[in-house]
Amino acid sequence: MKDNGKVTNIFLSGVGGQGAILASNILGEVFIKAGYDVKKAEVHGMAQRGGDVTTHFRFGKKVYSPLIKYGDVDYLLSFELLEAIRYINWVKPEGKIVINKSEIFPPAVNLGQMEYPKGVEKTFKKYFKENVWMVDGQGIAKKLGNAQAANVVLVGAFSNFFPEVKDAQWIEAIKALLAPKLHDLNVKAFHEGKKAL
Amino acid sequence: MKEIMQGNSAIVRGAWEAGVKVAAAYPGTPSSEILKDVADNYPEVYAEWAPNEMVALQVASGAAIAGARSMAAMKHVGMNVAADALMTLAYTGIKGGLMVVIADDPFVHSSQNEQDSRNWARFAKIPLLEPGDAQECYDFAKISFDISEKFDTPVILRTETRVAHSDSLVEPGKRVESKIPLGLDPKEAPKYVMVPAHVRVRRKIIEERMRKLEEYADTFKYNVMEINDPSVGVITSGVSYMYTKDVFPEWSYLKLGMVWPLPKKMIAEFFKKVKKVIIVEELDPFIETEIKAMGYKIWHGKDLIPNMYELTPEIVEKCLKGKKYKEPKIKVKPEDLPRRPPNLCAGCSHRPLFYALKKLGAFVFGDIGCYTLAVAPPLQALHTCICMGAGGGMAHGAMKALGKEGLGKVVAVLGDSTFLHSGIAPLMNAVYNKGNSTTIVLDNRITGMTGHQEHAGTGFTVRQEPTNMVDYMEIGKALGVKSIRYLDPYNIKECMEIIKEEMSKNVPSLLLCKDSPCMLLRRAKPLEKFKNPLYMINTDKCRGCKVCLEINCPAISWRESAGQTKDGHKRKGTVYINPDQCVGCEVCVQVCKFEAIVPGKK
Repeated sequence: MKDNGKVTNIFLSGVGGQGAILASNILGEVFIKAGYDVKKAEVHGMAQRGGDVTTHFRFGKKVYSPLIKYGDVDYLLSFELLEAIRYINWVKPEGKIVINKSEIFPPAVNLGQMEYPKGVEKTFKKYFKENVWMVDGQGIAKKLGNAQAANVVLVGAFSNFFPEVKDAQWIEAIKALLAPKLHDLNVKAFHEGKKAL
Repeated sequence: MKEIMQGNSAIVRGAWEAGVKVAAAYPGTPSSEILKDVADNYPEVYAEWAPNEMVALQVASGAAIAGARSMAAMKHVGMNVAADALMTLAYTGIKGGLMVVIADDPFVHSSQNEQDSRNWARFAKIPLLEPGDAQECYDFAKISFDISEKFDTPVILRTETRVAHSDSLVEPGKRVESKIPLGLDPKEAPKYVMVPAHVRVRRKIIEERMRKLEEYADTFKYNVMEINDPSVGVITSGVSYMYTKDVFPEWSYLKLGMVWPLPKKMIAEFFKKVKKVIIVEELDPFIETEIKAMGYKIWHGKDLIPNMYELTPEIVEKCLKGKKYKEPKIKVKPEDLPRRPPNLCAGCSHRPLFYALKKLGAFVFGDIGCYTLAVAPPLQALHTCICMGAGGGMAHGAMKALGKEGLGKVVAVLGDSTFLHSGIAPLMNAVYNKGNSTTIVLDNRITGMTGHQEHAGTGFTVRQEPTNMVDYMEIGKALGVKSIRYLDPYNIKECMEIIKEEMSKNVPSLLLCKDSPCMLLRRAKPLEKFKNPLYMINTDKCRGCKVCLEINCPAISWRESAGQTKDGHKRKGTVYINPDQCVGCEVCVQVCKFEAIVPGKK
């Protein structure tokens, strides 16, 4: 009982409506099927009203806490620049970061009271060097015909970190969670995302 | 096969397998998903949204007394409303098992206080189970019905945000129908009629029951002792166990599945087996107080673990490691970043109404719902929020205190769901006691904040079947309100005139927002009444006065860039309307003094 085994900590952050929750559900399907214990905790109580959304996602042999310990994030998957930089301190020094190049202004910025943070990419690269990847989720998804699929583009990019999980398993999870009419688009989004890293 | 489930869904699954027949609830974060889950996935169970938590518990307990396994679900503050029933149900007991789910909200993610519901169990003298993840939600919900029937008592299942709203694996099973026959027996009146003579009999039974429950706690299979390193032993429960076990896997644990009553023999044994005991619990020193009262000396408890806000793995680690805890390096100060608080949606009917109230300079006795967001700058047009239905009662009290001075200055606002929950009695009171308060029902045709639950005013049941619906105008008339008027919240000028007039009257007034459904309620077609699909800024005319920013519409933003209007007015910037967000509600158009906001095309 000395060791719980390695638990992998993935922190997802974004703005209500960006599909961060669907992305975390895809991760759930994938890692459960791969035989892991999974826990995830979401804060999305007021997401419909433009608030921020975060998900703590943990998988391993046995997971106790639903929350990741501050400073213990292995992977930060962020759907928006401000919601990425907000959690920079949570990432381990050797942690990996994937950020969607999207800017959504919060009220204080809209009102001209505060500035939207500049140089998010630069700040991350300063601390995490080559472990930072920027993905144009919306741009890629738009080319495929629907900007809504940006979240699955990000999932595709993110899948590169888990070579032991086959593409077919990711696609199976995507299909399990989305309506059939969205399958084609999102499978393409996954593949394009995978190439984007 | 294992499935991933949210804690709330796992509770429902466990209850369903236990043979639950009746479920009732009033929505409240983080408990709201429970009843919806019953309605959507388990047709064998009768499910209903009750107007408030008290009625929900009444419904569930009536079903229980008729022999059916039943459940009521609510958030922590909902229990305050239901407490009157619970405290006496503890005396009468049940027949079919009765589970009362109470979901706490440490750190008040979405509540008006941070009370610790474990205290209800001690207060009411009934058992309380506390799961720490979805599998435990499932297991504990299932067994709660056995405990309820074995000891003839309601059982509390207490969750909190990180249990109710986190997902983990559950191994589900099959439904087994309850063997208790349905039926009512008039001869049982002494058990269910709590007049003093009967109460005194039942009072003794409660104490006997508590003794038996204490013995049972010592054998309860979800009170688990894990002896690892005996130098430190942790007594804990629920999600606090999950955090502590994560950070200190090497220590020994006494994990309590049943937090009330406590397993006294097990605790004695644990103190013998380990050298030093730490108690880790979120919020109140509930377990700690009891263990100290038993005469034990603990090494640490609330001297290190905070008694407010939620626990997290790092808080547990930081508190218990003290100076040995290494803080992660701060790379960016989060407090320097703009926050992203929730906001009223673009097009929401509450926005123009609160803008009107602000312009009138009214003191607004508020309530609990989306509209509470009007407290935030720049609107800042809501001045109290205490509990469901409070605004009406408080406005009346304030008017009585202020006398004529208060006329024209005070108003109460509450939502349609809140009005039905507990807003009717205060309005009746204002009429009966010759008050002169003004109450505005912000009728958006749904329970908004908690995610669109039906209620007695929406015309639909939880299973989306059409049903009878309340007419607020008729309620007002029946209560004897003399001045009742409809209000179009989207017309700011008219709102200001009507509200001003009503606030100045020396009788109680009731104002009902009309044709103002929630922007997210598709079936009500909220966008149909808007003339244009969207509006945009005419940059020839925009003077950059920022008045339209005062309505705090998420679609409108400021763009700094010095320049001038076509007719030569200097400006520091202009506003911009995001066409993806604008729905064409015209509220900003009414606010703009320079006709700079014009119709656009989608």
